[in-house]
Order: sequence, then structure tokens, then C-alpha cells
Amino acid sequence: MFENFGFTGANAPHSRRVGVGEPPGVRRALLAITFAFLGLFLFLPLAAVFTEAFAKGLGVYLAAISSQEARAAIRLTLTTAAIAVPLNVGFGLAAAWLVARFEFPGKQFLATLIDLPFSVSPVISGMLFVLLLGVRTPMGEWLADHGLRIIFAEPGIVLATIFVTFPIAARELIPVMQASGQDEEEAAIVLGASGFQMFTRVTLPNVRWGVVYGVVLCAARAMGEFGAVSVVSGHIRGATNTMPLYVEILYNDYEFSAAFAVASLLALLSIVTLTLKHAVGRRVASQIKHAGEELPRLAA
Amino acid sequence: MPSNALSRPVSSVQVLALAAGVFLLIAGRTSAAWSAQAILNVSYDPTRELYQDYNSVFVKYWKARTGQDVTINQSHGGSGKQARAVIDGLDADVVTLGLAYDVDSIAAKAQLLPADWQKRLPENSCPYTSTIVLLVRKGNPKGIHDWDDLVKPGVEVITPNPKTSGGARWNFLAAWGYALKKDNGDEAKARDFVARLYRNVPVLDSGARGSTTTFAERGIGDVLIAWENEALMSLKEFGPSRFEVITPSVSVLAEPPVAWVDKVVERHGTARIARSYLEYLYTPEGQSVIARNFYRPRLASIREKYRAQFPDLPLFTVDEVFGGWSAAQKKFFADGAIFDQIVQGAK
Repeated sequence: MFENFGFTGANAPHSRRVGVGEPPGVRRALLAITFAFLGLFLFLPLAAVFTEAFAKGLGVYLAAISSQEARAAIRLTLTTAAIAVPLNVGFGLAAAWLVARFEFPGKQFLATLIDLPFSVSPVISGMLFVLLLGVRTPMGEWLADHGLRIIFAEPGIVLATIFVTFPIAARELIPVMQASGQDEEEAAIVLGASGFQMFTRVTLPNVRWGVVYGVVLCAARAMGEFGAVSVVSGHIRGATNTMPLYVEILYNDYEFSAAFAVASLLALLSIVTLTLKHAVGRRVASQIKHAGEELPRLAA
Repeated sequence: MPSNALSRPVSSVQVLALAAGVFLLIAGRTSAAWSAQAILNVSYDPTRELYQDYNSVFVKYWKARTGQDVTINQSHGGSGKQARAVIDGLDADVVTLGLAYDVDSIAAKAQLLPADWQKRLPENSCPYTSTIVLLVRKGNPKGIHDWDDLVKPGVEVITPNPKTSGGARWNFLAAWGYALKKDNGDEAKARDFVARLYRNVPVLDSGARGSTTTFAERGIGDVLIAWENEALMSLKEFGPSRFEVITPSVSVLAEPPVAWVDKVVERHGTARIARSYLEYLYTPEGQSVIARNFYRPRLASIREKYRAQFPDLPLFTVDEVFGGWSAAQKKFFADGAIFDQIVQGAK
């Protein structure tokens, strides 16, 4: 997901295409294999989702995605993303700023720590919140005594989503922030800008495509998360089911067309995300490249 | 210089404050929502259709009797998993689970209801019963007629995981009870029989409904060990042209219990409604809903009416054969107990 930040522009040696010796036959074969694989594992399932969704006609489809429970699931999914994404982008900016601009002991450790939620299974992440905030724990007991419900209610779902998505924005922003360098920021300070002015007028515009990219990826993951959310949800119909959970429920209710209808909504969301990602990803790459080429000249 | 696309950017502090505000708002709204007349029924996997049907009947009845509108929220999942969630704080006003042991563990581990909860409602708090039967594909291509046929080589058996599913534990005990009966109570032979049976299981789903979809929708396996209600329901859902129900020579009397959760209903002020909700299950109206959703009713008059749907077969109880659920749980399903040993041995 992140390999397109391989600093291709900045550091790659200026190698012209030296003839890498694959005969055209091999190349064609590789191409065919790639497309066959994509077709089998990507386009076929996607087509199946939409075929199944409309298998019983448009009426069933519309009824499925507009039922009260479906609307509740869509609302919860969007609300969760609306909370998790800005929080994580805020966090990502702060973390990227810290990592890109300062040297301090334990920096490498911090960078590793940020990635922790990626390496932990989402189910474990969910369990973690139950073990931390379930009513059998001191903190959970205190919350329950004060009438606050976190686990098996919306806040738990939001928390779990924040946890699993929180490295995404930081991961996107750190390389962009590093590449953009701090010369312009220093210039702004020298010219009399306050710290806040420098941040909003120089730093943020410089990394803006990184921010947008982070938002897109973070939103996609937040809306699609299943494992962690499943553990803390409690699966109360019309109340604590997000769209992915609701798909599973419908499927187990023998409502196959309805399940695929809601799944097709999720698939649509990811197609939109993919398109945005594609558009924004190119701007990010060029931003990094631009900054990378600019710097040596300035230094010289 | 790039043009200023984010001309009025917000600081992360503002964003944080906003998000925290929204978060607290949701937390507050959630706790407020429960003070309205709503109860949450935390149930096991195959009761989805039963309680969907029953809830609408009860809402009408309650409105006519008290003039009050009530909303009944539902949560379904493997019985053991659901009990675990209630222990961890899922706010169930009533639990309607797959077996008494799961309600016992809520009483023991979280003290949310008294230990003698089962004495509070008639029939040991079990308003309906069921049993365990076998569902095969149309024409019965593998010639399955009884428990014996499940251990034959080349027969794929679908059953859920007893660690998480109540139905799976009934399945396990039904098979064990059959083996005991056949071999005059020889425990070692029963163990061997059940071990051979589980060697034929390609996938253990976490709940009974998961196993049914594995078998019926995904087309995996030759025979599904299932709740009778679940087997009859899949005949209705998928049409009788695809499956057949095989009634074994002997099976277990499955008694899924219901209970209101004292600590929760006190906090919500829903004690009266929760209790009525469960008591209404025992009335002729409630029993009709139960029977038409393929659970065996307790009331003789309703049972008579649905006679054709529920064949007579010898049924043993867990108390008779295994000395009650606590003993059975400890012997078979606790960590490191017989089920674990069998699964380990199969690897």
C-alpha cells in the first residue's frame, strides 16, 4: 500500500532504460498471468457482488439498502469514519512533524510504535478494549457507575476504529514531511512569521496532498474494518452494527440479496476511494520528487 | 510555491477538540437511549426468525395491555460468545441462550442474576425445546440414516465449534449419548466414536447459523448436525427440493433457557416489561409463534396442532446421561477437557 513512496524521484540514479533482457514472449506471458490473476481475484468477485446484489431486482436492492437497520448501519459507519479520520490526521500531522523535524533519543522506537496497530491482528485490538474497558475491569466499572457505555456501544466502535487506523495518516505524512524539508519554514520564521502562521501557511500547504491521501486511505479502512469492531460491537441490530457487520448478519439471516446489496455499497465506497487515491497519489509522488530535486540546488 | 489549496486549514487542536466533543455526545446519547422503553434481548444464533416474529407479536400485546410502546433490540451470536459479551458488559435485559450453562456462567462470573434463576419461570425456564437431527442433501447420496453413518470414512460432517456455540455442545452430547447407549455405557468406546466423528469435520464455524450457511449456501459437507428448528428452517428457506431431514434413532432433549438479568433491568427500570416479555412465551399465543418457527412448544394443545412437524423419537436429557450441564461442561468442553484432547489428537 505504501510502496509508491520508494523515493524514486529523489534518489534513483539517472539510469536510462538499459535493456533488461526479457524476450517479448516472457513479457507477454507475465502480462497474461498478471491480468488472469487480477481478473480471477479482483474483477470476478467484484462482478459477483453486484450480480448477486441485483439478482432479485432493483426493488429488493433499494429496499435492502434503505431499510431502517441498513440506514442505521450506514449512519454508524459514516459517523465512525467522520470521527476517526480527523483525529488520526491530526495525530498523523503531529507525529510526522516530530519525526521529520527533530532528533531525539528513541525516535526510531517511536516510529516503530506508531506502526504497532498494523502488526497486531484487528481481533486482538478489539479484545484489548474489552479487556481494558469491559465492566469486569476497574476502569469499565467506573464508567458503568457513571452511566457511560463504551464497550458494546458506539464509542467502543469508534475507539477500535481509531486504534486500527491510527498509523495510516502518520505513515503517509512522514515521508512527505521529510521530503519537503524545513528551509521554507526557516525562511518564514526569519521573515517574522509566528509558529502558527508558519504551520498554516508553509508546512500544511507543503504536505497538503499527503494529508488528503491520508484522509482517503484512513476513511477507506475505517469504513471497512470488521475484526476489531466485531469484538466490541455487541451486534445489536439497528444500534451497534456497522456496514461490514450488517453484511454478515444479513448473510446469516438467509437474506443473501440484501447482504450483497449492502456489500455493493461498501464496494462502491472502495472504488471511489481507489479513484481518489489514484488521483491524489500522483500529486503526492510529484510533490516528493519536486521537493527532492529542489533541495540539492538550494544547497549548492 | 504551490497554490494554497487548503486556504483555511484548521489546527489539529481544534480538530481534536471537535472530535472529543462528538465522541462524548455519542456516549451521552447512547446512555440516554436506554432510558426509553426499550429492552435488549441477547440471544443465540438460530433464534433470529423466532424472535423477529415473537417481538412483533409481543409489541402489539404490550401496547394493547398497557398502552405503552416498547422497542425490542436483538443481538444474535454463538451462545457461549454471547454469554461472554454479557459478562463483559453487553447490556442485556433478557438473555435467551442455547443452554443453561451459559446463563449459569453469567450468574457465577458477573453476579448479574441469582444462581437459582432457573426456578423463576415454569419448565426450568425453558419455554421451548428442540432436539438434534441430521440434515442431508436431497436423495441422501451418502446413505445417512443414523449417528453411526457419520463416522464412516469419506463422509464430511458439518457442526459448529463447541467452544463458542451452544448448538455444537448439544450436537456433541447427542453423539456421545448415542454411543453410550449403543455400547452399554462404555466411555472409552464413546470417546473413540466421537473422536472419529470429529475427524470427519472439515470446518468448525463459531455458531450454528454459520454452519448452516456453510452446508446449505456454500455447499460444503455431506451432512449437517443441526438443531431440529434450524434444519426445518433451512427446508423452508432453501426449499424441500434440496435437503432432507434425517431423524436419528435417538437424540438429546435440548432445552434452551430464558432469563431476565436482574442487575440490568434494575438499572434500566425495565423489570416488569422484561419479565412479561418472557412470561408471554408460555401463553398459547407465544407457544404458537414458537411452534411455527419450528421449536417444540411446551403447551400440549399447541403441540397437538403441530404434531406432523415434530416426529416422536427417544430423547435423553443432559441431567439423565451427564449429570447436568456443569458436570458436562467440565468433563467435555473446559480447557484441556475431552473436546480439546480429541481435536489435538486429530492433528
